[in-house]
Amino acid sequence: MLIAVIVALAVGTYAFRVAGVLLRDRLDLPTWARQLLPVGAAALLAALAATAALTEVGRFAGWARPAGVLVGVLLAWRRAPFVLVVVAAAGTAALLRLLGVP
Amino acid sequence: MAAVGASFGAMAVAAGLPGWATVAMSVLVYAGGAQFMAIGLMSAGNPVAAVLAGLLINARHLPFGLALGDTIGHRLRHRLLGSHLMTDEATAFTLARPAGAARRRAFWLAGALLFLAWNGGTLLGVLVGGVAGDPAAFGLDAAFPAGLIALLLPSLRDRDTRRAALGGAAVAVLTTPLLPAGLPVLLALAGPGLLAVSRLRRRHPAPADDADVPVAAASAEEAGAVPAGAAHAGTVPAGAAHAEAVPAGAAPTGHEEESC
Repeated sequence: MLIAVIVALAVGTYAFRVAGVLLRDRLDLPTWARQLLPVGAAALLAALAATAALTEVGRFAGWARPAGVLVGVLLAWRRAPFVLVVVAAAGTAALLRLLGVP
Repeated sequence: MAAVGASFGAMAVAAGLPGWATVAMSVLVYAGGAQFMAIGLMSAGNPVAAVLAGLLINARHLPFGLALGDTIGHRLRHRLLGSHLMTDEATAFTLARPAGAARRRAFWLAGALLFLAWNGGTLLGVLVGGVAGDPAAFGLDAAFPAGLIALLLPSLRDRDTRRAALGGAAVAVLTTPLLPAGLPVLLALAGPGLLAVSRLRRRHPAPADDADVPVAAASAEEAGAVPAGAAHAGTVPAGAAHAEAVPAGAAPTGHEEESC
């Protein structure tokens, strides 16, 4: 199943990439479609981030995780380097758990 | 890019993916957002949604390819190989150069370096994450959404994108207790879908020549390598026949491809 997911994603992604390059002269994607593809991708990623930050198997994930995510997001907002964002988010959640916050 | 790759590697291993599969995914799929998405949905137990959502995210490579087609090269093997190196960052970096030989060099240089950084980073993350032990004790579950949001932040400067992202996030969180795993995230597409329908309805009868303007680089900012003064950030190409919002970072490249 795992291999099937990876292969399906790899083949499909490559198909999107190569289709644009090879069909350049023959394919005319309407402007609204070109503009909405990145918007759709952003909506999916935001939904994934929000559910991963707040929920665990359909329930609220506890306070430590969203608190860590919030610290990371604030740092990203202040244009901190990516490594710092990730490490600070993980560190905050780990510290809160060490203090007994679920 | 290497840092993002490293966090992907560590998180994938923490989510239970074997090391070889994580590295294989980075080499073969080579698309950060879709890979994070697939890991998230697979560990939630919904592999079908993982493929579907990953491919929906990667559909944006189609317009990238239309914009980069001539830049990559004219030989078939160049085009087949170059296509795999196409990413948000490489596209943004490339389209910021004037058309011609310099742009072609920029594409291959950025593409090769980013590919090495991403996969080297993944390998490092797999090796480090593999010895870290219990992922929750190290807060790795908080690192994943924080990293995703950090990647997403630059594209949220655009109003339409921001609305779609916030709306999608709210819908997904609210429906998570009610629906099977994977579906809430896919429901986030409802917003952009409605937007598409409404645009189709009030579409101009004659779109004139603006149908040729490729939307480039959804995330020019993310690259960090775009020279100052590169035209981007929501500006609409001069002479565009309408005033719809262009996604953040979309470069008005209509003029650049003429001399290709």
